[in-house]
Amino acid sequence: MKTVQRIGLALFFLGLGLFISLIFLGDFKMNSEQLNSFVNQKGITSEVFISKMNETVVDKTFKGPFAISNLTLTAFNEANTNHRANKEWGKVIWDKPHSFSYQVLKGAGSGFIVTHKWLLWWLTFGIGIIGALLFILPQILILGPAGIKNNGIYHNSATNRGWIGWLTFIFLVGFYILLYFYPDFIVNWTYLVDPISQALSGNMASQWFLYGFMYCVVMLVMGVRMYIKYRHNKYQTLRTTSVLFFQIVFAFLIPELMVRFEKPWYDFKNAFPLDYDFFFSWNLDSLIASGGIGLFILVWGVVLSLVIVPIMVYFFGKRWYCSWVCGCGGLAETLGDPYRQLSDKSLKAWQIERWLVHGVLAFAIIMTGFTLYTYFSGSQMVMGIKTQTIQDIYGFLIGSIFAGVIGTGFYPIFGNRVWCRFGCPLAAYMGIIQRFKSRFRITTNGGQCISCGNCSTYCEQGIDVRAYAQKGENIVRASCVGCGVCSAVCPRGVLKLENGPEQGRINPTEILLGNDINLMDYLK
Amino acid sequence: MQHIAIIGNGISGVTAARHIRKNSDFKITIISAESDYFFSRTALMYVYMGHMKFEHTQPYESWFWDKNKINLLNGFVEEIDADSNTLKFSSGQSLQYDKLIIATGSKPNKFGWPGQDLKGVMGMYHKQDLEQLEQCAPNNKVCKRAVIVGGGLIGIELAEMLRSRNIEVTFLVREKSFWGSVLPPEESELINKHIKEHHIDLRLGCNLEQINADASGQVKSVKILETGEEIECQVVGLTAGVSPNIEFLKTSKIEYQRGVLVNRFLETNIKDIYAIGDCAEQREAIGERRTIEAVWYTGRMMGETVAQTICGNRIKYNPGHWFNSAKFLDIEYQTYGWVWAKPKPHESRFYWEAENENICIHISYDTSSRTLIGINTFGLRMRHDFFDKVLNKGETIDYVISHLSDANFDPEFYKSYHKDILKQFNINAPKAVSLKPKSWKRIFTKQL
Repeated sequence: MKTVQRIGLALFFLGLGLFISLIFLGDFKMNSEQLNSFVNQKGITSEVFISKMNETVVDKTFKGPFAISNLTLTAFNEANTNHRANKEWGKVIWDKPHSFSYQVLKGAGSGFIVTHKWLLWWLTFGIGIIGALLFILPQILILGPAGIKNNGIYHNSATNRGWIGWLTFIFLVGFYILLYFYPDFIVNWTYLVDPISQALSGNMASQWFLYGFMYCVVMLVMGVRMYIKYRHNKYQTLRTTSVLFFQIVFAFLIPELMVRFEKPWYDFKNAFPLDYDFFFSWNLDSLIASGGIGLFILVWGVVLSLVIVPIMVYFFGKRWYCSWVCGCGGLAETLGDPYRQLSDKSLKAWQIERWLVHGVLAFAIIMTGFTLYTYFSGSQMVMGIKTQTIQDIYGFLIGSIFAGVIGTGFYPIFGNRVWCRFGCPLAAYMGIIQRFKSRFRITTNGGQCISCGNCSTYCEQGIDVRAYAQKGENIVRASCVGCGVCSAVCPRGVLKLENGPEQGRINPTEILLGNDINLMDYLK
Repeated sequence: MQHIAIIGNGISGVTAARHIRKNSDFKITIISAESDYFFSRTALMYVYMGHMKFEHTQPYESWFWDKNKINLLNGFVEEIDADSNTLKFSSGQSLQYDKLIIATGSKPNKFGWPGQDLKGVMGMYHKQDLEQLEQCAPNNKVCKRAVIVGGGLIGIELAEMLRSRNIEVTFLVREKSFWGSVLPPEESELINKHIKEHHIDLRLGCNLEQINADASGQVKSVKILETGEEIECQVVGLTAGVSPNIEFLKTSKIEYQRGVLVNRFLETNIKDIYAIGDCAEQREAIGERRTIEAVWYTGRMMGETVAQTICGNRIKYNPGHWFNSAKFLDIEYQTYGWVWAKPKPHESRFYWEAENENICIHISYDTSSRTLIGINTFGLRMRHDFFDKVLNKGETIDYVISHLSDANFDPEFYKSYHKDILKQFNINAPKAVSLKPKSWKRIFTKQL
């Protein structure tokens, strides 16, 4: 079995290695016809850009994406500098530079990669998936009888902030930086999933399609790991099935198919304010322009956030979303599960968490207020601040850096729920409801706690569960996402996630159950 | 201001300190030679297994002690001078107290086996035992096989620890079946089988004769008394129970037998000196309890109680219904009330086991009144509160079976065995019972 695992690991790294090396490979060539059609399609009127491109790029063959990207950006910058200086606002190209360059490169790809998309898909994704599964599946036998198997987690450099953990961190952060800020450098990756994208939406794959596809693949493969690891625990297996379903069907298939039918791309489970640009004018305009379905989405989005979310949190706690539906939660609970123990449990971390997460919520609400004011009043400025600026800051700091680069990139260092705990405005909103008006709690079983600390160690949200359990108190915390792992790892059957009457949900105790009845009375 | 000194920073001493702090502004000093900060002894195993780091076993962050004005003192008390209220430390220092709480816990039993002090022979109780094990059994190359002597809770935990690093384990159990002096035969047999499932070489009815050393004084093998067989090994774990850790006070005027003798107020024969937790021995047994109870929960309860007495509310140690829990490899165990290994004359039993699933319950009840006496559950979680109420009220086994949905504490969506249990129960029940649906109202009602 160990041999099978080794072969699996070797295959995985082979696939991953080829995948990474693809960044540096590939031929790019653009002829004048391609340039013309691109210029027409984008409505570019800058003669500076066109002549510069004709001079430096057209009809030349480039190895790898960097040189052509560089020349395209040079043309882009030169054109914009020129037109800005001459106040020729109509000729300025307003795209983000690397997104613009991505569009040029996407059309310029030629040669082996572009003509062998499926072959290369198999050599990268295919081999990687097979390798990962060969590594994961033998655990059914290796782990021994079903049960909690956390052996060696703190002896393993991958899961204990060792060198493998740091390498993984660098890889993940690098990936997110490329994805968000340098999509032109990973254009080769998008070719691999073009056939799949075309089959679904009819379009070529963007970097966001690539990301969505990888997200689903990673969740599925690591979901298999969850099924094996927690095969004795039905709460965990059902929950894993649920997040996989919502990611693959709601966040991936339905939106892509909607595009095929010329409807807006929309993830029906993504609730505002996590879906922070829902009220942005381009989205509202696009929805209103889409007729009946657009209007339905508009109403659904508002009802989801203002009615469904709070009602569900009242009955089931925020776990119904965070651990059963959400995509960020889904990745955290599959890819991130090996890192859950790395969350910081200190009181200091809890203090930072409360400021940060509620700060982001306030930021999201203020930004949305600005957005709606601008939308309805038509004024670009609110109180002397440009709405667009606020939106850009939020998108960059929160949407990209916090949710992506830090949220996932930092899994191997700060644990798997960094975003959910410190940054997600929807989690903050649901947390307030969960703390003050909900039937959900983690019940502590009388006096059975032995303070061992498994619950706190494996709480991905950094809640010091033991601090409550050892006092015989139920755990009612805004940040609890109800993953159920504290209950799973408890060796004494002390913790149970349940929904029950609000009365008695919070039960501070002095003397634990099991001692003198009169003593317990005396202290009340 | 009174100065309360507490020797021992385990669950008993720390609970006492916390509750004294809640109820007074006395000066409090906790003394320990084992570790700077309180840690959960029961979690030491998880450190070796790599589930946690040692710091995770510490329930309070280090600022907690300063904030609550609880002084921590690292030192080994060599002598208690009760006449002058003075503690003398091995370092030569001394400390004055007004009231003293002895909470020094246990130490592993050694029964005079030849070779019991060799290198590689250890108990699994103190933090230092963990460090020694890490040294002697870091992996299965240095330690190919370990022999564990004594089939109780610590023994099976040590076996699980070693197996987590793929070290071969031979487990010598004196009784005919694992923990046979505590568990009824059915449960004990279930665990026997589970131990073997984990590839542990379980030897029932086997005693240790001697431990042999190699030329360097390191363990080389053990010899079994019954068969004369010699088993090669690099580590020997002695886990044949624990006894009170009170060597240091044998020169003092404090009365002791196996433990420090205390009355129901946890007071020793000397005024202002108390003993709690594993090291305390009740002069008269409380109910069916043993005079020395080396259990986490009783240590905690004694701590809660003695704090009241010290703060001026003198009350008896009066524990409620017995409860306990443990985990045997993958099987969780809980118990409420009493289920003796052998039924007493007036008791009847109901036993149910799921097919091929390592799940069972065993209920003991009074034959004539059918009142519940106790329940063991394996692989099923139960509500402590439910059984506490049932035992307080003197409800019958029939009540328990029909209210299993109230009692159950398994995670959501877990398979329910209630119908199966009911079916078997009704075969021999004088009057068939039926299952009541779960009622939050009943669950939350305090019926004291």
